[in-house]
Amino acid sequence: MVAVRIHELHKSFGAHEVLRGIDLEVSGGEVVCLVGPSGSGKSTLLRCLNGLETATSGTVHVGDVEMTHPDTDLDAARRHIGMVFQHFNLFPHLTVLRNVTIAQQRVLRRSRRDADRVALANLERVGLADRARAYPAQLSGGQQQRVAIARSLAMEPALMLFDEPTSALDPELVGDVLAVMRSLAEDGMTMIVVTHEMSFARDVATRVVFMDEGRVVETGPPAEVLRAPRHERTRVFLQRVLEPGRDIELR
Amino acid sequence: MTALLRPPARRLGMRARRRLSRGAAYLVFAAGVLLVGLTADWGRLADAFFRWDVARDMFPGVVTTALVNTLLYTALAFAFGLVFGLLLALARLSPVAPYRWFAAAYVEVFRGLPALLVLFLVGYGIPLAFPDREIPGGVYGSVAVGLGATAAAYTAETLRAGIQAVPRGQSEAARSLGMSAPRAMMSIVLPQALRIVTPPLTNEFVSLTKDTSLVYVLGVTAGTIELTKYAGDVLNQRVNATPLVVAGLLYLAVTLPLSQLVRVLERRAARGR
Repeated sequence: MVAVRIHELHKSFGAHEVLRGIDLEVSGGEVVCLVGPSGSGKSTLLRCLNGLETATSGTVHVGDVEMTHPDTDLDAARRHIGMVFQHFNLFPHLTVLRNVTIAQQRVLRRSRRDADRVALANLERVGLADRARAYPAQLSGGQQQRVAIARSLAMEPALMLFDEPTSALDPELVGDVLAVMRSLAEDGMTMIVVTHEMSFARDVATRVVFMDEGRVVETGPPAEVLRAPRHERTRVFLQRVLEPGRDIELR
Repeated sequence: MTALLRPPARRLGMRARRRLSRGAAYLVFAAGVLLVGLTADWGRLADAFFRWDVARDMFPGVVTTALVNTLLYTALAFAFGLVFGLLLALARLSPVAPYRWFAAAYVEVFRGLPALLVLFLVGYGIPLAFPDREIPGGVYGSVAVGLGATAAAYTAETLRAGIQAVPRGQSEAARSLGMSAPRAMMSIVLPQALRIVTPPLTNEFVSLTKDTSLVYVLGVTAGTIELTKYAGDVLNQRVNATPLVVAGLLYLAVTLPLSQLVRVLERRAARGR
């Protein structure tokens, strides 16, 4: 089953062309890591998938829905696509529990009781059920990001998008978030992850997509792309991010 | 070069000079107080501004009618201004251009007009233009619209700034959860914006409290009279300024705690919840 199909996707901001023709298919259950230098268009690509950015041309299908079609009800489509942001974007005026229930109630029309039950189950899953009554500002960055994941999961999405989920975290908090993402992957969630965490890409991804200057340079299993890149640009990038003392060595 | 670094020769050190000028400032102030204290005719002042019997005769009417009406006018005008101002703020941020133009023009026009003129326009202009209709609520309705129309212009700008101060990621997160744009605005953005703008909105309430002193131009009765007109009437009857002091104190009893509240809220906001 094809979960995501991207065809000839272009995106420009004014005169600046950020995506220059992306073709990519992601199957159900895959975990695809988008890697590449900053400014290569990874985040923009991810934001085109759930329609936060409107593509300039080309098509994006998520399941059977063509996200790029002007008649598509994007609000309805987004219910099934979870998104986790670099800066968490939790709602600061709501408790952790309300953060996870508000969309269930307002969008899925679940009752308060059902929403609470689903929320607590998902908070349990990310290890934060005991913080349900706290406000986001009272949590560490890593905890906030796990709440954000729970908030998306509560909508029972078919696809999860992660936009540099650990880039804003202190190094010692990264592990907990990655552990949650890893367990999600093991449960068969279809995930597209923009990340600089090469160890996560190596261990969890079914496929790594290397992007540069708005194009997909190469794609393949992590073992191939990360250990034996075919393209010079991939090699240069990996050398730079895998400098000694940074991340892991790829044997 | 070395000459530049040598301290200039002075009879007094910097500390002594500072102490001297500070002392002089105190001296001038004390002299001023003394001058006023000695030359003022205290008995006459007390008789003009602080006549106990005049003050006593104003109660309880000055509170039960005048102050209550002042607060009522303020609340009504503020409510109208808040609701209409919110609509204007949303119009100002609308993707539909004519809404934006209308809101921008309204804000510019009504911020540029004296509140008294607008009150006249609503109180007398509308009845002349629409003789067979009237604003419901009598003078209360006219005040709500007349003062609220001006308040709405200021409130709209305040609310717009508040909405724009909520980080973009908030509405993106809401939209990603499947909320429609209006739903995201109502459930996520507006509650945060209102928190941000509570201090400036409270200031708007304070200035509306004072603007209700203009209401007398609409012609008020004994039942609809507010503080300033009430004090003015007693001033005429008794030929004594005490009622103005009483009214002033009652205004301050409302506005000072509110200003204090604003300060507390601002300090709390600066600390960040």
